Amino acid sequence: MRGLLEVDALTRRYGSLVALDRIDLRIGEGERHAVIGPNGAGKTTLLDLVAGVSRPNGGRIRFAGRDVTRLGPARRARLGVGRIHQRPAVWPSLSTLDNIAVAGARHRGGYRRTLPEARKLLSSLAIPDVTAARLSHGQRRQLEIAMALAGRPRLLLLDEPAAGLSAVEFSQLSAVLSELPRTVTVLLVEHRLDLVYALADRVTVLRDGQYVATGTPDEIRASSTVQSAYAARQPEAVI
Amino acid sequence: MKWLIAPALLAAVAAPWLADPYTTATLARILVLGLVAASVALLTGVAGLPTLGQTAPFAAGAYAAAHSSSVGVVQLLTAACVGAAFAALTTPLVVYARGVVVLMITLAIGELAVTAASRWRSVTGGTDGLAGMASPRPLWGLPVLDTDRARYLYALAVVGIVLCVVVLLLRGPAGMYLRGCRDDEARMRASGHPVNAYLAIAYIAAGAIAGLAGSLLVTTQQYLSPADFGFDIAALLLLGVVIGGAGSVVGAIAGTAVVLAARDWLSGLLPGRGPLLLGALFIVAAYALPRLRFRLRSAVT
Ligand SMILES: Nc1ncnc2c1ncn2[C@@H]1O[C@H](COP(=O)(O)OP(=O)(O)O)[C@@H](O)[C@H]1O
Ligand SMILES: [Mg+2]
Repeated sequence: MRGLLEVDALTRRYGSLVALDRIDLRIGEGERHAVIGPNGAGKTTLLDLVAGVSRPNGGRIRFAGRDVTRLGPARRARLGVGRIHQRPAVWPSLSTLDNIAVAGARHRGGYRRTLPEARKLLSSLAIPDVTAARLSHGQRRQLEIAMALAGRPRLLLLDEPAAGLSAVEFSQLSAVLSELPRTVTVLLVEHRLDLVYALADRVTVLRDGQYVATGTPDEIRASSTVQSAYAARQPEAVI
Repeated sequence: MKWLIAPALLAAVAAPWLADPYTTATLARILVLGLVAASVALLTGVAGLPTLGQTAPFAAGAYAAAHSSSVGVVQLLTAACVGAAFAALTTPLVVYARGVVVLMITLAIGELAVTAASRWRSVTGGTDGLAGMASPRPLWGLPVLDTDRARYLYALAVVGIVLCVVVLLLRGPAGMYLRGCRDDEARMRASGHPVNAYLAIAYIAAGAIAGLAGSLLVTTQQYLSPADFGFDIAALLLLGVVIGGAGSVVGAIAGTAVVLAARDWLSGLLPGRGPLLLGALFIVAAYALPRLRFRLRSAVT
């Protein structure tokens, strides 16, 4: 199977620490693929490598049939890799609307041509159009998702989108993610396993930079390897 | 603050009739340095590249203007192009760096430019300076600017036009992209924006503005020396920008006016202590202003 995203033997070291050790990953067009694992498993490192923010020490990344291993983050974004960060990243000095319009501008022929779509995205959120510096954590998270969507991504990388959200915000997030069209492929890193199991077609488990398992949510839930991978590091983790 | 602009503009136009020639010359210098400060604000406040090096394209533009046409527009365009070319040459040194490193690199660029200005005698007259530049006529067919008042009004008009253009551009997408780079450049890249290309454009545009201000320096001062472009000027510009509110190009002019006035009047009171006072003002501005502004803002909202 040829996937939209194909990651081969991807390795990233920080000094002597191997944050990601020869990881393979295939994600098909339209798939919702979750990556789970305890803190320090290398999940954010994986997303950074796929987004082009950091460079691998070994391995290859193919996106939409093209080797993107050497491309920078802006080039990959223009090819269709959208991303939201573990700590919501928005432009605090711009208005909510301008955040969305500027985020989409490169994909839609400029800021002004993006404004109508930005207005639509903004009206679908429960966020006021104020200077983004005044938004709460949960609002920034929603805003960054709208910003990523304004760029019409083919692949959406989500780094712990549910972290720090209130119950209401969490259910809004679940709704937004489950309503994404299948033209958007999703790579979701998440600790909230209820969200993972509700959304994902397949789940990959990492631990300390090592591959542990891949399977459907049911397989992962039932796997004893996965249970022990979590238990070894996070006895309190809900699984 | 907006309500201040109209009366300030009126006062600026009326000034050469109300004030004595010395004050008019001081005002002209504030305009010229204020325009360079606007280029510093564009880089420091809007794009997030703090600079001490805008004196370099300012000098390049000034010497180019001194050797160019006696028609104002031609002189302005020549100076702007030379300032932009100078910035284009130094772009690779600047736009890949961030924060304090930019400050150090631009400081070095500024110092090198001053050294070059004092060594390259055939162009700059060395430390003796360059004097006796003829007054230009603004456009073909217009009279020569042969009074201090005329030269001041010419500078005022040019600074006003350039500022309007810059402010309008910064209100549009270009300004948002630059503020996006300053706020969070990783997010800009994640949205497909070529951050370094944007910063390069801003840096070259700031070079053009500073170069153009160089032409106005020649016109209003009719004398150039390397001391016009020294480190103390660069520091003064940065201070003016900090006082004016780093993100505001119009505020940069007001800030420069405050700093120049403070320096000239205070050093009259305490002769020989100019740099010391400037340093003290710098420290006060760096520590007190952000807090003061924060208080004002919280008081308003
Ligand atoms: N920039 C960095 N420098 C050094 N070590 C890092 C860096 N980024 C991540 N690491 C280390 O790499 C490992 C994986 O980190 P990360 O990918 O953030 O984990 P996760 O997102 O799964 O919690 C951790 O041990 C972390 O400390
Ligand atoms: Mg992480």
